Amino acid sequence: MAHHATDHTQPTGEIPRPVTGWIWKTFFVLVGVTALEFLVTFVMDPSTFRNSILIVLTIFKAFFIVAEFMHLKHETKGLIWSILVPMALLIWLMVALITEGSAIGEAIYNAFK
Amino acid sequence: MSTTSTTQTLHNNASIERPRSGTWDGGNEPFKASYGKLMMWFFLLSDAFTFAAFLTTYGLMRHRHLAFTGDHKDFVFSTAYWPIPDKVFNSFPGLHGMDLPLAFVALMTMILIFSSVTMVLAVEAGHRMDKADVQKWLLWTLLFGATFVSCQAWEWSHFIGGTEEGTKMLDGTIFHGANLQMNQYGPVLFADLFFFITGFHGTHVFSGLVLLTWAFIATTNGTFEKRGHYEMVEKIGLYWHFVDLVWVFVFTFFYLV
Repeated sequence: MAHHATDHTQPTGEIPRPVTGWIWKTFFVLVGVTALEFLVTFVMDPSTFRNSILIVLTIFKAFFIVAEFMHLKHETKGLIWSILVPMALLIWLMVALITEGSAIGEAIYNAFK
Repeated sequence: MSTTSTTQTLHNNASIERPRSGTWDGGNEPFKASYGKLMMWFFLLSDAFTFAAFLTTYGLMRHRHLAFTGDHKDFVFSTAYWPIPDKVFNSFPGLHGMDLPLAFVALMTMILIFSSVTMVLAVEAGHRMDKADVQKWLLWTLLFGATFVSCQAWEWSHFIGGTEEGTKMLDGTIFHGANLQMNQYGPVLFADLFFFITGFHGTHVFSGLVLLTWAFIATTNGTFEKRGHYEMVEKIGLYWHFVDLVWVFVFTFFYLV
């Protein structure tokens, strides 16, 4: 709630001035990180290390969108956790099924050897 | 209130006029967010699971196939291994025949980030009850959103049409572009996942545009002004940012890694 400290129950038709500094700051972070992602993609050769950097940068960008643009950072702790905790399941899903994918691939390629 | 007071009468006559305020009797808002906003959050959570399922499937299928191991510049399309994304998505409208890896997707990403910014500005204007500003920023968001969907349409048509060279298939014929059964870029599932993941995301952008159009009309008619708040714009904003959020992940997992 910190961002719109301006009271939105104005008694008369007076409209307060917009406060947009934090919006543009978030915008530049997002653009900067996207540019960095491109740089990493083209400068580095494909490797697990490069992909890890890209995933970290992606989560960094996601944090800014969710925390600032979607305002989650300024909600109550209960709401924040009820959105974030289920996400842990997705990390498990991803790790489990990608491992599974490698195993399926190995089985198929070895079967036709 | 009238029904609750009747039931309350049975238990406690003294509290008949008092609103419920205890933690567990429904008298307060533990999350300090309205019902509509909470439900939007939980809908988005479920939607995040849907997209995560798509991207996880992509990861599974990519690891199930071989990766191209040679030098980046020697890469050729083949069904034997998964394609390198920047070799597939390297064209730009109007710049025919040039190798511009991921340039167009970079532009699309910028357009979507811009639309997110204009959406926050609309929400911010709503907090200040500034009808003219809400209208202005909603229109900008609509413009950027529509541009993004158009870009995606171009990308799809180019992906489906394919390159002039095409790829020699196993039966010796040359195949251009892609459909759900065959494609010139690599394994069948590469094109399938492209269609499903970007298609599902595009559908979300389109639904967002419908909601934004409706919100613009309602703002113009003064519906939110009369209601005393622009919370509906805020809820649509949550949805719109979520679509941008999904793109951040699609961008990394489909185009970069």
